[in-house]
Amino acid sequence: MRYEAPATVEQAVALLSAAGSAGRVMAGGTDLLVQMRTDVVEPGVLVDIKGIAEIRQIAEEAGGFRVGAAVTGAELKEHPRLKAVWPGIVEAANLIGSTQVQGRATMGGNLCNGSPAADSVPALIAAGAKALVAGPKGRREVPVEDVMVGPRKLSLGRDEIVIAFLLPARPARSGDAYLRFIPRTEMDIAVVGCGVSLTLGPDGTCTAARVALGAVAERPLLVTEASGILVGKRIDAAVLETLAAAASAACRPIDDKRGTKEFRIKVAGVLARRVAQIALERAEGKTA
Amino acid sequence: MSKHHVSATVNGDAVEFLCETDETLLDVLRNQLGLTGTKEGCSTGDCGACSVTVDGRLVCSCLMLGVEAGGKSIATIEGMAVGETLHPLQQKFLSHAALQCGICTPGFLVAAKALLDKNPNPTETEVRYWLAGNLCRCTGYDKIIRAVMDAAAEMRGA
Repeated sequence: MRYEAPATVEQAVALLSAAGSAGRVMAGGTDLLVQMRTDVVEPGVLVDIKGIAEIRQIAEEAGGFRVGAAVTGAELKEHPRLKAVWPGIVEAANLIGSTQVQGRATMGGNLCNGSPAADSVPALIAAGAKALVAGPKGRREVPVEDVMVGPRKLSLGRDEIVIAFLLPARPARSGDAYLRFIPRTEMDIAVVGCGVSLTLGPDGTCTAARVALGAVAERPLLVTEASGILVGKRIDAAVLETLAAAASAACRPIDDKRGTKEFRIKVAGVLARRVAQIALERAEGKTA
Repeated sequence: MSKHHVSATVNGDAVEFLCETDETLLDVLRNQLGLTGTKEGCSTGDCGACSVTVDGRLVCSCLMLGVEAGGKSIATIEGMAVGETLHPLQQKFLSHAALQCGICTPGFLVAAKALLDKNPNPTETEVRYWLAGNLCRCTGYDKIIRAVMDAAAEMRGA
């Protein structure tokens, strides 16, 4: 097995193109090294992207943020501006693993590992984030909800790399949040995860909203009905009940050791209601 | 493929080693550098027994390749005491009997030191969450938490 640590995106793409099916991108490695140890994957060429400066940076641009795909969870937490504007994304990323794992784990890796239960992905989808993808033909932007297509399956080519997440400009009176259900308080994998991002107008009416769910389908889902339910209304208990029903209806989960289909469908609704409430309070400026 | 020639700093000393791509930093520390204080527990990043810091950042050394250590500054349990003088955390682990079999202890100490370096006055809740990635299968958690809180208090007073 070869190890390569290119200094530029172009070099990394060229290495992956040459490696074909043997190539594997390595960011934090917290999933990849475990999969290598258990022979789930056996790469011929590891392409470590952490030496590429632009993939390791958080920048404010175009009124929004550009978050490098290999920024670690610990670094996200230490960025006061990002945390203030997108608390839901930072909280979601910080739920991944332990303090030790946070020192290495990245949102790019969380997405490209291809787990339907990845915590940061519903938060990014709710935010309307785009993945900036580099490949042999140059760069393109892909909505985060279109990157994962199934467990361990991505829509990207073998020689394409997610290099950053583009978070849109944030209007005043906006809030986001993410919660997951796990049967303990820490160090677990989501049974259901839910991210909500919304914006309020001057009169308190919701003007934009996105809701996403994790671990309830073969990939993280954008709940397409949610914006129609929330936008144009003052978000009250009745609206939140309608949202909960829509979130439950969007689920197509499996039974597994973490939870049954019925449980996941119910919890998705409960979480959607609670998470929307937190996002609402943040948009109203009542809580940080 | 020839081995990688890696130069790094471990506990303040310049070191060089040769490693294969699939050797973890944990493998290198224990098998090449003879630093066996860092323990191998689960090898999957769940137990924290292999905790070290890399450029000041707490990580599991089983989840990092040795070749990635090039140019980095690594701190292990062996660097915690100064000569014969134990670090306050080590002293408090002894006086609170915060260890039984001892396999998890180096990881707890390295992780707790990383917390106190960052936050000298943590709440008990903060300590418990910070150390959630360190497992003690003798389940001596309460004594460990008390030792960390006591060490933090002593270090603030010092």
